[in-house]
This record gives sequence, C-alpha cells and structure tokens, in this order.
Amino acid sequence: MAYLFNTPQEQQEMLASIGAASIEELFEQIPPSLRLGRPLDLPPAMGELELTQHLSSLAAKSQGPGDKVCFLGGGSYDHFIPAAVDAIASRGEFYTSYTPYQPEVSQGNLQAMFEYQTLICELTGMDVSNASLYDGGSALAEAVIMSMNTVRRHEKIVVLGSIHPEYRQILETYFGPLGLEIVVAPTTNGTADPAEVEALVDDQTACVVVQSPNFFGSPEQVQALADIAHAKGALLVQSFDPLSLGVLKRPGDLGADIAVAEGHALGSPMQYGGPYLGIMTCREQFVRRMPGRICGETTDRRGKRCWVLTLQTREQHIRREKATSNICTNQGLFALRASIYLALMGPQGMKEVGELCARKSHYAAQQIASHERFELAFDTPFFKEFVVRDTQNDVATVLAEASEAGFFAGVALGTWFPELADCFLVTVTEKRTRVEIDGLVKTLALTTNRTTIHA
Amino acid sequence: MRNTRSTQLLTELSQPGRRAVVLPKCDVPETPLSELLPADALADNPPALPELAEPEVVRHYTNLSTLNMSVDTHYYPLGSCTMKYNPKRNERLASLPGIVDLHPYQPEDSLQGMLQLLFELQDFLTEISGLPAVSLQPAAGAHGEWTALMAAAAYFRSIGQESRKLVLSPDSSHGTNPASAQMAGFTAVTVRTVDGAVDMDDLRSKLNDQVAVFMITNPSTLGLFETQMAEIADAVHAAGGLIYLDGANMNAVLGISRPGDIGADMMHYNPHKTFSGPHGGGGPGAGPICVAEKLGPFLPSPIVVKAGDKYRLDYDRPNSIGRVRTFFGNVGVLVRAYCYILSYGPDGLKAVSENAVLNANYLLSKVKHFMPVPHGTRCMHEFVASAAKLKQEKGVTAMDVAKRLLDYGYHAPTVYFPLTVPEAMMIEPTETESKEMLDAFVETLFRITEESADLLHEAPHTTPISRPNEVAAARQPCLRAVCN
Repeated sequence: MAYLFNTPQEQQEMLASIGAASIEELFEQIPPSLRLGRPLDLPPAMGELELTQHLSSLAAKSQGPGDKVCFLGGGSYDHFIPAAVDAIASRGEFYTSYTPYQPEVSQGNLQAMFEYQTLICELTGMDVSNASLYDGGSALAEAVIMSMNTVRRHEKIVVLGSIHPEYRQILETYFGPLGLEIVVAPTTNGTADPAEVEALVDDQTACVVVQSPNFFGSPEQVQALADIAHAKGALLVQSFDPLSLGVLKRPGDLGADIAVAEGHALGSPMQYGGPYLGIMTCREQFVRRMPGRICGETTDRRGKRCWVLTLQTREQHIRREKATSNICTNQGLFALRASIYLALMGPQGMKEVGELCARKSHYAAQQIASHERFELAFDTPFFKEFVVRDTQNDVATVLAEASEAGFFAGVALGTWFPELADCFLVTVTEKRTRVEIDGLVKTLALTTNRTTIHA
Repeated sequence: MRNTRSTQLLTELSQPGRRAVVLPKCDVPETPLSELLPADALADNPPALPELAEPEVVRHYTNLSTLNMSVDTHYYPLGSCTMKYNPKRNERLASLPGIVDLHPYQPEDSLQGMLQLLFELQDFLTEISGLPAVSLQPAAGAHGEWTALMAAAAYFRSIGQESRKLVLSPDSSHGTNPASAQMAGFTAVTVRTVDGAVDMDDLRSKLNDQVAVFMITNPSTLGLFETQMAEIADAVHAAGGLIYLDGANMNAVLGISRPGDIGADMMHYNPHKTFSGPHGGGGPGAGPICVAEKLGPFLPSPIVVKAGDKYRLDYDRPNSIGRVRTFFGNVGVLVRAYCYILSYGPDGLKAVSENAVLNANYLLSKVKHFMPVPHGTRCMHEFVASAAKLKQEKGVTAMDVAKRLLDYGYHAPTVYFPLTVPEAMMIEPTETESKEMLDAFVETLFRITEESADLLHEAPHTTPISRPNEVAAARQPCLRAVCN
C-alpha cells in the first residue's frame, strides 16, 4: 500500500502487545449495524506512474494561459511569480508543518508570519495585519462581522454596487438570513458618487463597504466615503488590490478602518480559484476584535527575541461560542508566498509592476476602443482592468471567437449585471506583451469584420 | 554551525537600493501615470518595503525553515490533526500547468479536465460518507461546519420551522462547533459527556422543538467511537432535529463505517487531515461537506454536473444558500485529496484506517502502563492520556512533558484538549509511522516521566529558543517590526 509501514509480521507483534486477536477486534467499539460491510465503490488503486499518466491526461483536457493568452481578471490574476517563491515555499519544513502551537520548534513559521504581518502593514499603511484568512471574499464578510461587533450595530451595512459581485453574494449568504439589511449604493458610471452614498448612511449603519480599485477596475473616492462613514459613527471597510499599491494610495492613507484583499496574486498561482489568500488589516484600536491568528513578538526565558501566536483569547479553541469568529485555519503557506514575493519585489518592483499594469491596460483599452464595434463602457480612470461594450450586443460570440483564436479576451458581465449584458471586463497584467495585446485587438477586429460579412 | 543572521528580520537586512526582481522594460507608450489616473488616487512614493537581493531572501527563508519541526523531518503525533505523510507525487501532480494555471472564469469548454476531476471527487466523497449531496466550496473544516449549519437553517425555514434556534454539541467537541453555531445565527448549548460518551439523559433533557442540530464528533475527540450513535440519532431525529458529524476523525473509519449510515444528515471532511493535504504551517485546508438528499438543494452554488460527456457548473439552484467563498473552492487541496484517494483505492483506504487504529492502540497499550488513559483500554485512531498523576506526584504538567519531548526530537501531542480530561495529552500516531518510531517514542515518553521536575519545568533545553513569555506577548502586543 502506498505509504504504509506495517508488515504482516509487525502487525501480529503489535496485536500481541495490545492483547487483541485481530485488527478486526480493534473495531469492536463500532456496533455491527453501524458498519459498511462492503468495499467502498471507488476506482481501484493506482501506482505513481498510472496516477501521473491519469492526471496528465486530465491536465491535457483543460487549457490555461500556456495555451491561450489570458486577459481574464475579476479577482483572480495571471501575474508573474519569481522562481524563488516556489523554491522556498516547496521546502517540506515549511509546507509539511502544522500551526505553530509549539513555538520552540516553529520559529521559522512564526517569524515568517511576523514578517508577513510587517510587510502587509507597510504595503497597506494599516496598523495591524492578522496572519491571513481564507480568501478575499470571506475576508470581507469577516470584516463586516468585525465592524458590527466594534460599533455594536447589527441592523444595516451600505455596500457599493461596484464591489466584486461574488463578494456581494457572499455577504448576502452570510448576513441575509440573520436579518442584516444590505443596502447597495448605485454605481451608474462604474464608480459611486459619494453624495449618493451619503444619503444611504445613517446612525444604524455598521460600515460602508467599498472596493477600490473596484470590480470594474476604477479607483473609488475612498477618503470621501470614509469621512461620510465616520460622520455617522460607522466604519469604512475597503477591499483593495495589493498589486496596485506600488502606485496607488494605500487604504491606511485613505481613512480605511479595516482593509481586506484577495492576495493570491502576491506570488501564488490561479489554481482555478483556490486556495487563495485572505488579507485582513485594521487600525490599532480594533485589534482585539480581529478574527484569525495573529503572531506577536516576545522574548524567551533567556531573553532572546522570539515569536508566538498571541491574543488567542479571541479564538474559537479558547472562547468557543464567544469567539470573534469560528475561523481555525489560516492560509499559512500562501501568506509565506506573499511575504517572499514582497521581499523579492521591494518598493521598486511593486512600483514597476503597478506602472506596467496601468500603462499596458490603457494601451489595450485605447486600441480596442478604436474599433467602431467596441467602446469603453465608462469614462472613469482605471488601474489594470476596464469594461468594454460591444455595440452589437453579442458578447458571447465575441468571447467564443476570441477563444477559438487563442485569447481569453475577458469576462462577460451580463450574468451579474443585467444592465451590462453587452459588456465584458478586460484585464491586462505586467505579463501581457504588446505583441499579445495587438493580437487580441486584431482578433477582435476580425470578429467585427466577420459579423459585418454575415450582415 | 547555525546561521544566526537568519533570525534577523527582513527589515533589518534591508539596504537602500538593493533589489531582486527587475520587471521588463515597458513595451507600450510610457505615458506618465499622472495622465492615466487622478492625482488624489496616486501615491507619492511606493510603500517602504525592505530592499533585498535574491540570494539573501533565499538564504533567509531557507535558514528559517530549519527552525521548524515538520512531518518531513520529525514525528508529529498531534492529536486531532492527523499529521500523516504528505505524498510528494500529489505535490507534483497538483502543480501540472493544466491544473495549477487555470483561471476560474475561463470558458467551461477549456476546463473539462478540471471539472471532470472535481466531479469525480464529488462522487468519491459521497461514497465515502454515505451522504449523497456534496459541496466542495467551503475553505476549511470550520467553514464547512458553518456552511452546513446555514444550509440546515435554510432547510428549517423551508418547512416553516425557523423557530429551531438551538445547536447542541458535547463538552468534548472542538471549539469550532459552538463558534460556527453562533456565527450561523444559532444559540450553542453544551451537552455533558460521561466517560467520554454523550450523557443520554442530559441530551434528552435538552431535546425539544427548538433544537435544530446536534453536532457530534465521531470517533470523538477522545478517540472513542460513540457506541450510542444509533440511539442519539433516533432521539435527535424524533425531536425533529438534524445530526451534524464533525469529520475531523474520519481517518479512523474509511471504508469501515459511513456517517450517512449511522444517522448523520450532514458532515464535513478535513482533506488536509484525512486525505493528506499538507498543512502548510497552518493552512490552507479545505472543508467539503456532504449532506442528506433533502438538504442538497440548499448547498452553495455552483456544483459540477455532467451532461452527456460534458462537465459544467450548475448555478441554477433556486434554494441554494448562495456563495460562501469566491470562485469554486480550495481546488489545490481538493486535487491532492483526489490523488490520494486514487492512490489507495477502496481496499487501501480501509487499510489506512486499520493501520491508523492499530498504531494508536499499540501506543495506548504501551503508554497506559506509566501514564493513565482515563477513557478505556482501546481506542480508534487517537487517545488521550493524562499527566494529572505526574502533576500530583511531582508537580510536572502536561505542558512540561510536551516541552521535554521537543528536546528529544518529537513534536508534542495536543495538550489541554479535550477540556474534559485534566492535563490532557492527545496522541495520534497516524498510519504513516513505523513500529520502530512508535517504540522509540514510548521509550522517550517513559524516560521523561522519570526525569526530575526541575529539568522538566525548564524544558525545552535544546531547541532554538526556550519557553517564550506568552503573557508579555499578549499584554503589550508587538505585531509588526517597526519599518523605518
């Protein structure tokens, strides 16, 4: 059997020590009526070579960025990952260890957590970071819980219509059944008008939730929204894009009280959507309301600097039903990857990646919009993604034909935003070359011609 | 021989002007950013991250890694966590480009291999659990608990019984159980256990038409199979409630007993325990859930379905509670679970549980001679020993013993859990350890019980650091290096 040790001879010796006649006897605790009594109906065992062949054949049945040029975004991004990230994170000492409950033999993970918290605070301009949550969407839900408990308001939150539609669905799943009113602020031109948001915020509001850059790629007026929230005693929760912070103002500079993000693009692959990295940061005064693990500095008995999991009285294994959250795991390995990535990038690398995303996406937008069939849906500034309108309202065909031609051209928006049924979201990361962008533009042009011929 | 520079922080190693990653030259017009984005959105300077060269980043983290115990380097009998070997083939296969480089919004026709894998995994999990409906979306065990409870709440609303607001769980349960119940809008109620088994009288006295769910870990956190399971399920079902099974301990019963066959209506798996997903220093995990037919419609969307020879994502599920995380789920962990199940097959999975239980009972048969095991002479995949006698006799605690084990090169068992056993040490050997290793561990544990109290109070002596001052860490939290 694949990873088992015990030979029949050893099994007999062990049974003798136990005083049992057979392995079967060890399961006597389970009443016969509660046993399966037949083999599981599963495929027969495969050796390593067969399994490798099988997985390789499955892998070959999918096509990724190696086969098609990827202009997809919307929370999952094809950013570059330096080789050193994989080299370090694939060390068994990191990836086969457990939660650092025994700090004396976990200083590697603990210090890496502390470095992660430090780097994320610096990146975001926030005071405190936890050691990570599941992903960007569930981190946003946890930020809302944290807000409600902090300001002691459980009736209502205001959410901008421009946040990731899946984030909105997650908030509805988490809080809809609990009777929380989720008021969605309109974002008609791709961003919100703070005055319209202000009309919705009252002294029942726990927080204002904004994503900036938003789902459509555009920065929102976070500072103005923070002022509006604070005037009513509410918190401002910002969901941000960590890859934008080499060039854009940080949540901490814009008045955010809690800032969360999907952080997978900091050194982790797309993996069909997970595991990802939920980043969560807050201002100093809210730290004891923060969910998840947190690492802190202290000294050992000999006075040596060291690190431990701290403030654990917030957590479920101590507080049970009175905990700040039920969260037990974090995304340790992906937090590690993020900190290696940030250490390798440094300030200059983050600035360059931000500049490349901004310039390449604007070049792509300008080229695509130069075709008569396509236009930009909004005239708002954007960072690395933008919304294209197909004036012939046939997004499905446009994307299908582009895919045939070797391009994942964008994400159709009609599923989530009926009013944008004729639009798709195009994302351009630093990995996309001018040749690839020109190829996409040419392909879209051919779509135009084909449609014209059909007409 | 240790590189002492490794424990300096990155911020302390930083030198202005150093860098590791250089991005390509811009191949499109280099328009100033101030012309592309509004002034009030642009930062004056990039964040003051540390500035480092690649070789020192690699050396820094590589040295840090050597300060960890891990499954690849040490025996790790951490109860409830199932620290089994993490197969290297799974790592390689989960990293194939056609698996790891897929965007969640690609067209479905470009995802057929991935969707097939996930569809088959859905089938495997329903077969192993005996519960026919499945969601792979939850990101962790606790997330799965909460998701299933939200589905249960939706189910009760659908049958006009939203007044069921109580979730019961035994005093020996994982802390996540009551915490998940509270988060899902329920009130958590504790049920007593006697000798590690649910106190039926206490349970019956708390069952009424307000009870939604009874959450039970079976085998329990004491490593015992709940022999009254049928009786418990009957009582809860008779009161109109549902049974939730916390699947943390599935490693003991693969192919032997199925949650769905013993009365459970819902359960979660911890693929990072049972199906060998590496723990990654505390994550990621995953928390797929399986539920009874009548609860299926309420599970999160999407699920993978097969139509003819094509796989697709089904979002058309009007009763679904919605979404609990972005995209599909923790796919990387699920791929490893899929590889693991295929590596063993039906007979192999049963052998996994048999050997896990054999190893645990073998350890128990040796340990009980010098350290009492309060609950029973037999166990499933783990057992809980108590250092209470040591504490009484010479003031040595479970924590002292745990710390001393570190000196001898063993990771400590889980201590002070479950809360029902004084000075608890929860030991789970797993099936991927040899008899020699178990013998050496027992011998060491025995030797420690013979050592002087002073030596043990000061342990560990040989680890990179001695016992940290956790009180100071919490009293004046320092949660980040000061960046200048």
